[in-house]
Amino acid sequence: MIGSGTAGSGVPHLDVDPFDMTFFADPYPTHERLREAGPVVYLDKWKVYGVARYAEVHAVLNDPATFCSSRGVGLSDFKKETPWRPPSLILEADPPAHTRTRAVLSKVLSPTVMKQVRDRFAEAAEARVDALLEKRSFDAIADLAEAYPLSIFPDALGLKPEGREHLIPYASVVFNAFGPPNQLRQEAIERSAPHQAYVAEQCQRENLAPGGFGACIHAQVDEGAITATEAPLLVRSLLSAGLDTTVNGIGAAVYCLARFPDQWQRLREDLTLARGAFEEAVRFESPVQTFFRTTTREVELSGARIGEGEKVLMFLAAANRDPRRWDKPDSYDITRRTSGHVGFGSGIHMCVGQLVARLEGEVMLTALARRVAKIEITGEPKRRFNNTLRGLDSLPVTITPA
Amino acid sequence: MPAITFIHPDGKSDRIETSGGESVMQAATRHGLDGILAECGGNAMCATCHVYVDESWLARLPAVADDEDALLDGAAAERLPNSRLSCQINITPELDGLVLRLPDRQV
Repeated sequence: MIGSGTAGSGVPHLDVDPFDMTFFADPYPTHERLREAGPVVYLDKWKVYGVARYAEVHAVLNDPATFCSSRGVGLSDFKKETPWRPPSLILEADPPAHTRTRAVLSKVLSPTVMKQVRDRFAEAAEARVDALLEKRSFDAIADLAEAYPLSIFPDALGLKPEGREHLIPYASVVFNAFGPPNQLRQEAIERSAPHQAYVAEQCQRENLAPGGFGACIHAQVDEGAITATEAPLLVRSLLSAGLDTTVNGIGAAVYCLARFPDQWQRLREDLTLARGAFEEAVRFESPVQTFFRTTTREVELSGARIGEGEKVLMFLAAANRDPRRWDKPDSYDITRRTSGHVGFGSGIHMCVGQLVARLEGEVMLTALARRVAKIEITGEPKRRFNNTLRGLDSLPVTITPA
Repeated sequence: MPAITFIHPDGKSDRIETSGGESVMQAATRHGLDGILAECGGNAMCATCHVYVDESWLARLPAVADDEDALLDGAAAERLPNSRLSCQINITPELDGLVLRLPDRQV
């Protein structure tokens, strides 16, 4: 029974495709089906195991020796297929190689660094809200969720002003590429050449302004922490995962606060809840929906036997709404104790930029709640489809000044 | 089971019964204690579970590792010689009676 592409006895087989457009449109009934079918399931469509309950998702994330990342964190197994781009030195790596590169990015994006950039990020959020109050009616995705991170993150990295329009499309390719060889992935990769060329160029030391996150990564070469050939690839990680994710995180928070006016009122009455309101939106919407791991040996997980070299799909979003772990999981509650949610992952690969994301989310929601009395959705929100990211393409709103 | 006392900035205190195999941070969040945020969930990344250890207990705790040391520099409240991250303190029977003071802010 055990072997490549077959599930051990007792593991329920499901015929769902979690990378299908109808699934993306409303993933919640399928998430429930996946959770309730068993602690470990098998998805025949893509010949992968799946975990959708909190306990198993958390367990897989926290056992990187058994559930490795170096064979790719998408469906593609790097041991069998050539990756579409040179693998990431941090995301698609295992200890001990990962430990060294991870330490470099942790240092560049540390709590100490966040203290230094905080005022700048907060001022940019105020400036963005100024502009939105002028407009009153706008698209909360393009004019807020995208415009705000674009106004600070590329500068914080130290990127040149030219060519920044490639950033979001490049990230979109990266996150589509984790998915199976469906139309989303194929088309994304086919169109990726100009974005890849831009990103490769910006990762070079001479193209990164002094004092920025990018230059700080290159400075680690002089410290002997990484080599000169590794540094550009680590800068690439920030370009891949540092922008589109926060766009979707902030978009999720605004979408939640616009949909649940009672939570918006609570935030307005107590601005110290802004950081929690953002964090809860990351749990509730889970902008990064899934990641894969690959087994390095035969393993038993909650009674299911999984062979070596099998892909395991972790449903982060389903774990974040698992009623076994969360009280009223389908409620957006800005006072919830969210510690332990897996929206940023968990364990050694947990989002290294999580502090940047929280800072952006907190200062933006604080600025909004201080100056805006009401956010009303004025048109049908449109969804943006991606194999890994969940977010909107447009969200028409009208705001009322406080 | 070892009990831990947390003293809040306003002087009020909470005594928490812990269970084996958890960190001080996990025990605190499991009891819904105000004052410990633990945004990263115990992955030594965020410095939002900062505590000040009562002087008499300091020497009885395991040493501060390099990553914890770096994170403490970024804690929101002032770093003091007795600052620790509570996610890095695993509860053992010897820590029964541990006294920790909470900082005025975690972010």
